[in-house]
Amino acid sequence: MDWEPLVLTFKLAVVTTIVLFFISIPIAYWLAYTTSRIKPVLETLVSMPLVLPPTVLGFYLLVAFSPANTIGSWLNHHLGLQLIFSFEGLVVASVLYSLPFMVHPIQAGFSNLPPTIAEASYVLGKSKITTLFKVLLPNIKPSLLTGVVLAFAHTIGEFGVVLMIGGNIPGKTKVASIAIYDEVEALNYSTANWYSFILFISTFSILLLVYLINGGHLKRFWK
Amino acid sequence: MIHIALQKKLIAANGEMLLDIDISIEQGKVVTLYGDSGAGKTSILRMIAGLLQADKGSITIDKHIWLDTDQRICLKPQQRKIGFVFQEYALFPNMTVKENLLFALEKGQDKHIVEELIDIVELGNLQHRKPEYLSGGQKQRVALARAMVRKPKILMLDEPLSALDSKMRAKLQDYILRIHKQYNLTTLLISHEIGEVIKMSDTVYVIDHGRISKQGNPIDVFTTKHISGKFQFSGEIVQIIKEDVIYIVTILIGTNFVKIIAQESEIETMTIGDNVIVASKAFNPLLQKIN
Repeated sequence: MDWEPLVLTFKLAVVTTIVLFFISIPIAYWLAYTTSRIKPVLETLVSMPLVLPPTVLGFYLLVAFSPANTIGSWLNHHLGLQLIFSFEGLVVASVLYSLPFMVHPIQAGFSNLPPTIAEASYVLGKSKITTLFKVLLPNIKPSLLTGVVLAFAHTIGEFGVVLMIGGNIPGKTKVASIAIYDEVEALNYSTANWYSFILFISTFSILLLVYLINGGHLKRFWK
Repeated sequence: MIHIALQKKLIAANGEMLLDIDISIEQGKVVTLYGDSGAGKTSILRMIAGLLQADKGSITIDKHIWLDTDQRICLKPQQRKIGFVFQEYALFPNMTVKENLLFALEKGQDKHIVEELIDIVELGNLQHRKPEYLSGGQKQRVALARAMVRKPKILMLDEPLSALDSKMRAKLQDYILRIHKQYNLTTLLISHEIGEVIKMSDTVYVIDHGRISKQGNPIDVFTTKHISGKFQFSGEIVQIIKEDVIYIVTILIGTNFVKIIAQESEIETMTIGDNVIVASKAFNPLLQKIN
């Protein structure tokens, strides 16, 4: 069995999750506290990947990032980035595709905090940034953890978007979910089974860990 | 001298309500806002703190302008230097008692004040606990101490004691008064307990549907003028029993029950739950040492 697709899958999931973590906090903060009229529009855009077939997202990204098009040629020319059939392209696509899985839990975390907690910090003279880092984020750790894990697990399970924009290049864009499809096509059921089994066990373990931590079942180990 | 004039359209339970008040507070006094829930008391405090925008008005604290809608001045809550105690305490759950107070320190401020305040509210042995492991009264003391860390000019308390039992409440009232005196504060609090208002405040403003309906010394405001008692207490009627031709009214004053004999004509307008004044002037009260 070739381990490369699995390594690539986890590498993609790690990079995607890190990128998502940093861009989702400001988005979630804004969505949780804004009274702007364009909030529903942005909320819809963030949630779109939940309902949109991954192939649709993949198709538009493929068209947009194609060197024959404006965005693609600009990226290629100015940043030296080629986003189709490359690992970088997979990261960009995965970030968009898993965005709601990171943003929603964090946004819910902010919204569920009593508003007086932030206000108490403001009347104590603390800025919004200080309040965010010292008061709000430390009090929504379970939501942050849920966001990180859901985004990670969801990226592992990606198929359609990756296939559309990344293709099936071994070592570059051939992730485990695509390798499984490939092996089944070639009637190598036992290899397909191994990939599937490893993905099954690893995602199960990750999710179980989150429920254990957020449910307080592991508290006695660090108290 | 603090002068507060505010106007704001509020959406209340029964439609729109125009809040329109004008309050002057002398330095060093305790002033209470009294009124039914939904009368706009909390909104007034939130506007003074800068947490709620006024439609029109001005707030001047010792010649510093915090708000003047005509001049388009509106300081942010961070710039106003107030102590604010929220009804639901609003302690930071991720910090211990002491960390809650340390967080409130200004840059370069002497940390000594934190220990001093912990001593005043007697939380020394609980200072390393997180808020979730504190009782309501303890949380309220933390909130009070935290509000004092920056040495604000004005301390505001939004129904600080409403969630506490009467014994705890009496103790907390003493803490508030002690802090008020020690730091020479101007204190503004919301209460809907007449007894509390009389005990705590120099002046009371009765707020009714967004307007000040009465103001003045609490005793004058809450009693009809024709009683000139030698001594008087306020309490709440908990029971009225008919005994032959008279009535025995049980009244809860603070944490004590007293029974008062009343004529039918006196209690005609009274029902259980009413706040009343118990006054006496014909007899000399007896004093007896307890404990």
